[in-house]
Amino acid sequence: MRKWWWKIICILFLGYTVVAGFLMPVPRLNILNETIRNLYFHVPMWFTMTILFTASFIYSIKYLRSSKLEDDIYAVQITNTGIFFSILGMCTGLEWAPYTWGAAWSNDPKQLATALSMLIYFAYIVLRGGIKDEEKRAKISAVYNIFAYALMIPLLFILPRMVASLHPGNGGNPGFNTYDLDSDMKKVFYTAGLGWILLGVWIASLKIRVELIKYKDELY
Amino acid sequence: MHKALFFSILFFLLPSLAIAQETQAEMADTMRSNGKIYVVVLVLATIFAGIILYLVRLDRKITRIEKNQGTKQA
Repeated sequence: MRKWWWKIICILFLGYTVVAGFLMPVPRLNILNETIRNLYFHVPMWFTMTILFTASFIYSIKYLRSSKLEDDIYAVQITNTGIFFSILGMCTGLEWAPYTWGAAWSNDPKQLATALSMLIYFAYIVLRGGIKDEEKRAKISAVYNIFAYALMIPLLFILPRMVASLHPGNGGNPGFNTYDLDSDMKKVFYTAGLGWILLGVWIASLKIRVELIKYKDELY
Repeated sequence: MHKALFFSILFFLLPSLAIAQETQAEMADTMRSNGKIYVVVLVLATIFAGIILYLVRLDRKITRIEKNQGTKQA
């Protein structure tokens, strides 16, 4: 509890998101209507997932360099939290799509690529569950995690942009230019993104601390 | 000549103006005018407060265990 300040920022930002996300004006667009507000909740799930997977990628490299159990615990728990956020992102996307795209699943390139990278990360958990020896498990899963991350980046950020996609900012466009114009939305959107990322980091840090206590005999 | 141009432009613009008014996107205006959107905000704020309270308590509990066990803080 020594470092409280960023948790307070997280609470303030998310509190603002919950209130302003519903009350601030949004552009009137057909088809999207009020669902445009999902931008404050659906998209930050993927931001959080990406940040967490990046962090776990770094810890996996760190583990391979140091062979410290601590780095392995960090990598695994951060990945678990990232998978949790990816499931939330997928569920919210499936709930949003029927009302705007006409179907929950329309084989959109980004949907397919996300499903693929989610499966890759599910396999990470399965892989870890299948190896009894602790050191072997840590080493193999660290290598696997690095490959998973190297696959996730092109799957989510490059391939969907090279083909036509229902997602905004795809099919050649780099970002959310459809919404970017609105400065009211920008304010809430960036606050929401930061708040949700901090929440993800907070949850991951709690999971890490529990694991550190669990393995304290081997750690210290 | 000018009159003819004016009327021809008007002729082409009028239908588009009518369409523009028709296609005003539907938003939750009734909910806002009734003031009931605040109920939704209240419900969400309650859920959010509950989750944060839960996280803070969990954080505190873990800190206490860390202190008892003498493990360092993450």
